[in-house]
Amino acid sequence: MNQWEELQQAAFAKRISRRDFMRRATALGVSTALATGVLGRAGYAQTPKKGGKFVIGIGHGATTDSLDPATYPDQMTGIVGWGASSNSLTEMDEKGNVVGDLAESFEPSDDAKSWVFKLRKGVTFHNGKAVTANDVVASYMHHMGPDSKSAAKSILASVSEVKADGDNIVFTLSGGNADFPFYASDYHLPIMPAKDDGTVDWQSGIRTGPFSIESFDPGVGAKLKRNPNFYKDVWFDEFEVKVIADVAARTNALTSGEIHFMDRCDLKTVNLLKRNKDLEVNQVTGYGHYIFVMNTQQAPFDNPDVRNALKYAIDREEILQKVFLGYGTVGNDNPIAPSIQYAINPEPIHSYNPDMVRELLKKAGLDSLSVDLSVSDAAFSGAVDAGTLFKESAAKAGININVVREADDAYWDAVWLKKPFVASYWNGRPVQDWMFTTAYAADAAWNDTFWKNPRFNELLVAARSETDSTKRAAQYAEMQQLLHDDGGLINIVFNSYVSANSTAVAHGDLLSNWDVDGMKIASRWWFA
Amino acid sequence: MLAARDAMHPILRTVLQRLALGLLTLFIVSVVISSLVEMLPGNFAKRILGQAATPETVAAFEKEIGLDKPALERYFVWVGDVVTGEFGSSFTSRVGYQRKVADLITPRLKNTLFLASMTAVIAVPLALFLGILAALYRNSWFDRMVNSATLTTISMPEFFMAYVLMLFLAVIWQIFPSLASVDHDTPLWERIYRCTLPALTLTLVIVAHMMRMTRAAIINLLASPYIEMARLKGMSKSRVIMRHALPNAWAPIVNVIAFNLAYLIVGVVVVEVVFTYPGIGQLMVDAVRTKDMPVVQACALIFAATYILLNLTADIISIATNPRLLHPR
Repeated sequence: MNQWEELQQAAFAKRISRRDFMRRATALGVSTALATGVLGRAGYAQTPKKGGKFVIGIGHGATTDSLDPATYPDQMTGIVGWGASSNSLTEMDEKGNVVGDLAESFEPSDDAKSWVFKLRKGVTFHNGKAVTANDVVASYMHHMGPDSKSAAKSILASVSEVKADGDNIVFTLSGGNADFPFYASDYHLPIMPAKDDGTVDWQSGIRTGPFSIESFDPGVGAKLKRNPNFYKDVWFDEFEVKVIADVAARTNALTSGEIHFMDRCDLKTVNLLKRNKDLEVNQVTGYGHYIFVMNTQQAPFDNPDVRNALKYAIDREEILQKVFLGYGTVGNDNPIAPSIQYAINPEPIHSYNPDMVRELLKKAGLDSLSVDLSVSDAAFSGAVDAGTLFKESAAKAGININVVREADDAYWDAVWLKKPFVASYWNGRPVQDWMFTTAYAADAAWNDTFWKNPRFNELLVAARSETDSTKRAAQYAEMQQLLHDDGGLINIVFNSYVSANSTAVAHGDLLSNWDVDGMKIASRWWFA
Repeated sequence: MLAARDAMHPILRTVLQRLALGLLTLFIVSVVISSLVEMLPGNFAKRILGQAATPETVAAFEKEIGLDKPALERYFVWVGDVVTGEFGSSFTSRVGYQRKVADLITPRLKNTLFLASMTAVIAVPLALFLGILAALYRNSWFDRMVNSATLTTISMPEFFMAYVLMLFLAVIWQIFPSLASVDHDTPLWERIYRCTLPALTLTLVIVAHMMRMTRAAIINLLASPYIEMARLKGMSKSRVIMRHALPNAWAPIVNVIAFNLAYLIVGVVVVEVVFTYPGIGQLMVDAVRTKDMPVVQACALIFAATYILLNLTADIISIATNPRLLHPR
């Protein structure tokens, strides 16, 4: 082992002070950027400093993007039109808690049926205008009402009234919801200036965030400049996002120094990137999960034994290793990531077990089973390969899965929610109520398993307004167990966000609620 | 009547005939494209909302962009607009946020034309030069080398050529940037610098075709009696080719050049993606993916018009350089 490796081990074991580390690294001829990068990874606190132009390359983004938060489709608009330029009322921290952002504080009353958000004082829009409670009301109304086409419409469905009360905003809900502040952290809900007629001005791109938008060219990129009046510290002077759809081009741009950060590394070559001393690879397991969903109302999936047979017929570990090259965590048919509050790992653990499959099929009165599984890489990248491996492992257990490869471009429209057994993806939600209300409640628009379990739905409503955390934990544990035992989802893996960056930039702990440091990379990173 | 037609200059007659046919072609192209794109499942509202679509949000969205009207009605309204020179607005427009198709396409088309011209300026003279030399030194080692080199580059997929150039010139030696991302305020010299790799890639892709046609057309003529006559007069080999063979070889060469130039404008989306160049190809791919009909239609018309005009130009040059066609008996 050479001295540099020894020194790094000392740093990771925290056996050496920051200053000693830097002194010895310099003596060994290691560059400052590399040494500070190691310190960052070893968990030494760094003092951020101001300045510089930060350029990132993102795999998403199309010419059809706009700054209308109602139709933000993905990371590109999320980073430019929310994380860098805007704020919601609340935001998530590294530990998965919700904290105030534009709201200084928030209080429930009346069994969490009403929430009062107190607006942070002295916050202004990029044009200098002060943010008022009316701006917040208009920003929320943009997603509500019959003409709304907003992706946030469903999460605001329980809001019966939003009104301004001095510096406060009062939300009246149709039923109690102890998690409402989490909903308010969604990236579709930035606060924008209200116009005189009560509608909201999203068109100008004037927001409240750490950076103001200088130019936004959909499908190409965006340039932003630091907002000198932001209420928190911001480090970079300028921030640029480039849309680089091709992963090889993104990787080349990073290695040749044209960008400082890339998202969605090519998992097949990421080990080569790790060898490059000027680069750092980050892996964050978020809430997102890759799943196969069965329509629990249709034969043969209406039989819980058949559903469970399929849950035991998939080799999740093999798929994780072969398709996702180990970047993720195997699922256990619970859509709630382990880091989320009140998450449990339900017993028995669903792992590959051909004997159990045959037993369950016998119990269901079947000698063999033959089903069609619709897949496409539009559901998640790797879905076709995962389906093929599922077919192989299921065949050994007596289930014949016919993998149907569907067209990518109309997948969400023509296959998902239409065909009985399909591949799907959820970005995940920071709280259980939100995830369940979105995809597992009996009346949810996106209930892709068509699962209607009376006990589950009863518990869902009860837990939503429950403020006693012991009772709440018990309720959520029972719900997760029900989903695991009876639900129609096969959770393959919780996927990891794998990104790479130059060691010229530094950062703290990464947020796990969304990719690209919770889409807030612009204000959370700095030049080392 | 017949006399009148004969009296018309052959170039003018070709131009008028071709332009009339071109208009008809454009109309057919627009019908074919609309019906094909219309046949794809889903529509703009569903595609944009994706997994987040619910029946109500889709209905609200469709109403806002006019997709609730039947396809035929939308098509005729569009034809009416185009006849009056108005390409309409992209479906990405919203209340208070107009995105004219023309505004979307113009900067992208300019970028595409810039890259195409830059490539043409390098590739066309290079191909002609190599082609003439290859004909001049036919079957020599030089001829064989040029042939095998150009055939090798044309046989490789363009993205592979792009990655190879990128690996050596951008990653290992770091001479040129790997990203060709330019915007409207990029200065000219930087634009040229950033476009070098894509232009080189495209050059390697198109040179073989033009070079081999030049060589073949000239060699073909070298067997004709009048060339033999020139040679018997004691002219030098190069003079025979430049003065006597080349003028008669222009027609096929120009046709191939026109074909390749059209390719540079309409067919380089792969190179655009690899180098992240904001050209019109990527715009059309995005528009087709989301079924943004006004943009798809406008791109299709531009592409069709490019082929028609470049072919027309090639024919005019063929006529103008060929005395037999220019002065028909």
